[in-house]
Amino acid sequence: MSILVDENTRLLVQGITGSEGSFHTRKCIEYGTKVVAGVTPGKGGSDFDGIPVFNEVERAVKETGANVSMIFVPPAFAADAIMEAADAGIPLVVCITDGIPTQDMVTVINYLHGKATRLIGPNCPGLISPGKCKVGLMPGDIHRPGNVGVVSRSGTLTYEAVAQLTEQNIGQSTCIGVGGDPLIGTTFVDVLRLFEKDPQTKLVVLIGEIGGTAEQEAAEVMKKEMTKPIVSFVAGSTAPPGRRMGHAGAIITGSSGTVSEKIAALKAAGAAIASSPAEIGSVARKVLESQT
Amino acid sequence: MKIHEYQAKEILAKHGVPVPRGGVAATPKEARDIASQLGGKVVIKAQVYAGGRGKAGGIKTAASADEAEKLAQEMIGRQLVTHQTSAQGVPVEKVLVEEAVPIERELYLGIVIDSARGLPVIMASEAGGMDIEEVAAKTPEKIIKAYIEPVAGFQPFIGKKLAYGMNLAPEQIRPATQLIGNLYQAFAEKDCSLAEINPLVVTADGRLLALDAKLNLDDNALFRHRDYAELRDPGQEDKLELEASQHNITYIRLDGDVGCMVNGAGLAMSTMDIIKLNGAEPANFLDVGGGASEEMVAKAFIILLSDPKVKAALINIFGGILRCDIVARGVIEAAKQVEVKVPLVVRMRGTNVDEGMRLLAESGLPVILAHDLQDAAEKVVAAKEGRLTI
Repeated sequence: MSILVDENTRLLVQGITGSEGSFHTRKCIEYGTKVVAGVTPGKGGSDFDGIPVFNEVERAVKETGANVSMIFVPPAFAADAIMEAADAGIPLVVCITDGIPTQDMVTVINYLHGKATRLIGPNCPGLISPGKCKVGLMPGDIHRPGNVGVVSRSGTLTYEAVAQLTEQNIGQSTCIGVGGDPLIGTTFVDVLRLFEKDPQTKLVVLIGEIGGTAEQEAAEVMKKEMTKPIVSFVAGSTAPPGRRMGHAGAIITGSSGTVSEKIAALKAAGAAIASSPAEIGSVARKVLESQT
Repeated sequence: MKIHEYQAKEILAKHGVPVPRGGVAATPKEARDIASQLGGKVVIKAQVYAGGRGKAGGIKTAASADEAEKLAQEMIGRQLVTHQTSAQGVPVEKVLVEEAVPIERELYLGIVIDSARGLPVIMASEAGGMDIEEVAAKTPEKIIKAYIEPVAGFQPFIGKKLAYGMNLAPEQIRPATQLIGNLYQAFAEKDCSLAEINPLVVTADGRLLALDAKLNLDDNALFRHRDYAELRDPGQEDKLELEASQHNITYIRLDGDVGCMVNGAGLAMSTMDIIKLNGAEPANFLDVGGGASEEMVAKAFIILLSDPKVKAALINIFGGILRCDIVARGVIEAAKQVEVKVPLVVRMRGTNVDEGMRLLAESGLPVILAHDLQDAAEKVVAAKEGRLTI
């Protein structure tokens, strides 16, 4: 198993002919992902490395059976692209685009209510089920197939955590970056529930950061619904309040956004805490060893 | 993005939110003229990108135009230090001169996007003039909330609910409903991340007025608001931070002395954290971004080194989209433009790491190489303290 993406994923790329879209599409293909279609308005009927390009998502889905979309559309048009994919009935939409206005995301989040589409992102590195399928920006070679699920709000910090796991000979079931924006589709809570149900996943590594209350909400779900062990690191203990640390959502605006509040909630929910970003792999190893 | 109070009030006034009469002054003479037009009795408010002005002496009352000029003279050209600023404070270049209003009640009104619900939320409270976070923590029952559904938008019943919730007098319900609706329109049209009136006052003669106003604009919406650029006041921003932002580099200056340059916001924060865990303080947050070019890396590195506090620097790169050889080239280029006077520790991983390491080794730059995050942090702290040299 694994969650959300695997060998049955048929990927469509919105913005496939742009510079980032084309670069990462090729990297996903190299990794083994089945890319079945691209969408770039105005370029319908052409092809990208032999992959058919369509003007519209609906048409692309009808003709190719695409079941996941990865979006590389510029920020001004990305909200529209997400809604187009949802309207075409694509079950999983992964929006990589960084810089979408928050009020556009209010429209998107509410548009998705009652629809069967799950959104991951925006402003995220995507997701990978090692050895099966990669839908995103992450360097594929640092991953190994295995039993640890990884969920994070950031990109390169997730790679750091995954590399530490792999160095400890701990493989991963699925690794997901949910995105660094204040408004995102799939949250920590959603991913924890999916990992809980996934028989391949034996442990979850959750990497949080300052700002918002996503870690506290995750802690609530851990307490009530999770039987699997959790290892957690929260970034930003040295970040000053009131300053946005790169990610639009990474800003301490009240006490709930601080690392200490988040760590306290995660600890109370039973998570093993890595107090240093260099110890994520070794703490995961200890927890796994104590399970057997 | 922050804007000044006087700019926020201009925007609100255009949207039909009542604000006190007044004007902005860049010189004591202008302050005097505005004060005399307003009848002499005025409030002088320092215009800075920071809260806590009142306690820091940034808001004062004048009984006459003479006194207004004198107070403006004392504020303009000075640094104002509040609990929200650094120890150096922020420069006061302008003051807002407003009519002094007799106040009967102080209320709170604010709008933000609730990320858990995915909706804008309007919050109102009878406990105005105070830190709303504190009110929320101590007496949450004093805050009334109303969510706005995007399809329906603002509806009068929402304003009515909040107005009655603040225990306004019957004749104030209708103007308050209108004011709240107008504030929401300003919030939506200007792509605000925060619109706050604290306090919203009821005057002695029963009028509602936005005595203070704060609008934060969504940086991501810049592309559809040409006027954002005009609203920005570079004088309120740190010079190095401003220069970095002009090159699309996210750089935030902090108080420590170990500089760091990282790709990705989460890893950049973690790098700061691990510097601290190893006994030093980070001098900055610096995310060069995923798609950085050689020039951007060079610029970022020069900016990092321009902070005179920096006694050692750490470059921590997990190459993905950003290739390690690009980073190495950028650093080598920067070293041609400025002298690297502090010890430099480099930790690189991922895409093209061997090529990056080879370039650095061949460059002859005095670089201390580190093999992982912990090793890098230990080495940079040791190098800063003079315990480690090449």
